[in-house]
Amino acid sequence: MNQWEVVIGIETHAQLATVSKIFSGASTAFGAAPNTQACAVDLALPGVLPVLNKQAVECAIRFGLAIGAEVAKKSVFARKNYFYPDLPKGYQISQMDLPVVVGGAITLQVGLGEKAYEKVVRLTRAHLEEDAGKSLHEDFHGKSGIDLNRAGTPLLEIVSEPDMRSSDEAVAYAKSLHALVRWIGICDGNMQEGSFRCDANVSVRPKGQAELGTRREIKNLNSFRFLKEAIDFEVQWQINEIEEGRRIQQATVLFDPDTGETRMMRSKEDAHDYRYFPDPDLLPLIISSDWIARVQGELPELPGQMRERFVNELGLSTYDATTLTASQEMADYFESTVAIAGKANAKPCANWVMVDLAARLNKEGRELTESPVSAAQLAGLVQRIADNTISNNIAKKVFEALWNGDGDNADEIIEKQGLKQITDSGAIESLVDEVLAANAANVAEFKAGKEKAFNALVGQVMKAAKGKANPQQVNDLLRAKLSG
Amino acid sequence: MLRLGGAVEKTFMIPYNAFHFKTLCTAIKSLGTMSLTLEQVKRIAHLARIEVSESEALSTQGHLNGIFQLIEQMQAVDTTGVEPMAHAQDLSQRLRADLVTEADHRAAYQAVAPETEASLYLVPKVIE
Repeated sequence: MNQWEVVIGIETHAQLATVSKIFSGASTAFGAAPNTQACAVDLALPGVLPVLNKQAVECAIRFGLAIGAEVAKKSVFARKNYFYPDLPKGYQISQMDLPVVVGGAITLQVGLGEKAYEKVVRLTRAHLEEDAGKSLHEDFHGKSGIDLNRAGTPLLEIVSEPDMRSSDEAVAYAKSLHALVRWIGICDGNMQEGSFRCDANVSVRPKGQAELGTRREIKNLNSFRFLKEAIDFEVQWQINEIEEGRRIQQATVLFDPDTGETRMMRSKEDAHDYRYFPDPDLLPLIISSDWIARVQGELPELPGQMRERFVNELGLSTYDATTLTASQEMADYFESTVAIAGKANAKPCANWVMVDLAARLNKEGRELTESPVSAAQLAGLVQRIADNTISNNIAKKVFEALWNGDGDNADEIIEKQGLKQITDSGAIESLVDEVLAANAANVAEFKAGKEKAFNALVGQVMKAAKGKANPQQVNDLLRAKLSG
Repeated sequence: MLRLGGAVEKTFMIPYNAFHFKTLCTAIKSLGTMSLTLEQVKRIAHLARIEVSESEALSTQGHLNGIFQLIEQMQAVDTTGVEPMAHAQDLSQRLRADLVTEADHRAAYQAVAPETEASLYLVPKVIE
């Protein structure tokens, strides 16, 4: 793929965290019985008028401020006209020429470890609109069934510039955006329930060419894995087409997760002509500077700002800081741990949260918020490692005990189970002597230059000490005795 | 606010704005002339899901092109420095608090629907 450059832009629909719909007072709660949350406005019964939900606008303002965009003082709602049975009005209320959020950018970390790099993706715009209902095509005597509970649910459509150059960058962007909308509390981010879904505009061009290739839009990707698979398939397909002498036709395609392929939904010829025009039922949306200032004042510290603080003040690597700021819950947990364990222990706290705790949660399929080990308990554990009361190995035992509720805190468990590290050099020395006397073969091997034999001896001493001897002291004493 | 001669203003009840009006004009201009072909009329009718007979299409073409002549006249007005207007009333959108105020009236709504099943509204089969 050397000579081809991939160009990706992403449109995201984020369902806004409101209790009522964008233009009506019907509930937006997920999972209600069909059509119980579709009121006269949502059904487009004659004579109804839309009234804009203030909270939906506030969500848009929060988002605009969080990405450093311009929040439009004046924006306009427009009608996007098309016919589909789950759109009772015959048009969707959206925004076209004057969207509520203009510009902005998101900084992402792409990749892991040494290969990781930073990338800025510019945003074109974000606008408010309403969701459509749902069509069910199971057999109702050859008819389709319509559930309008979702009709009128507030959405923020977030449009990126075509700044991404690989499926990895696209996924990193989607993940960052997903974390951000949850962080600032404007969207629950539930992808299974469709609260966060992406369309990817994909094209390829010969490396070095300034002009963009013809794009195809992959619709409705509701998982990060599908986003990656769909883009990878689509890119390869487009390259093959071009290399075999065919031209790419602009089209909308769907991704089939079962086959891993994209297939055409409609070509440009039968593309929708939406005939947008300003909605006469809605007046221009005016957002005052006071309102923007108030929302600005209420914004939490953003993931990017927190990441920098973790690097600068706590000395964490960019990778650790990025991982810990992937969600508000993770960041909160980590900060609470450090608050007790102390800034000097930030690195071990980070490791315990990102590695041990994360693995344990993952194993049981639990969320961080459901962790049986609290931040305070974990901090207590980290402190006992730091002051040499227990070794890292023993700490894993204590962690397991905390997880199982065998004690209220690390100190209690260490005490109860007699896990306190042996640091008395006299006690360790006698253990070392015993082991040396009983393992003459290992001693001889070591003296013959086999370093492995040394590790075996360390293991024997630790075994004799039931894992409680300070490993460094054991090492030092053994070396001294063997070289003596 | 776009100010026009009396007769024009009365006939062309501008529900929208100069801004949209300009967009429309640009769109029409891109067609070459300020008039629609019969094919374009049929396409618009199809997009709006309105069934028109040949004679209706012809008369509609006449009506629409009449409007475009009007627009041509209006384009002569110098709108430099006129701020685009999004609505005929110089007001801004009222906002409502985010509260659930609508109770479930499904039974009443479905009582007047042509066909329902399993609480769903039934429509002729659509699959895209």
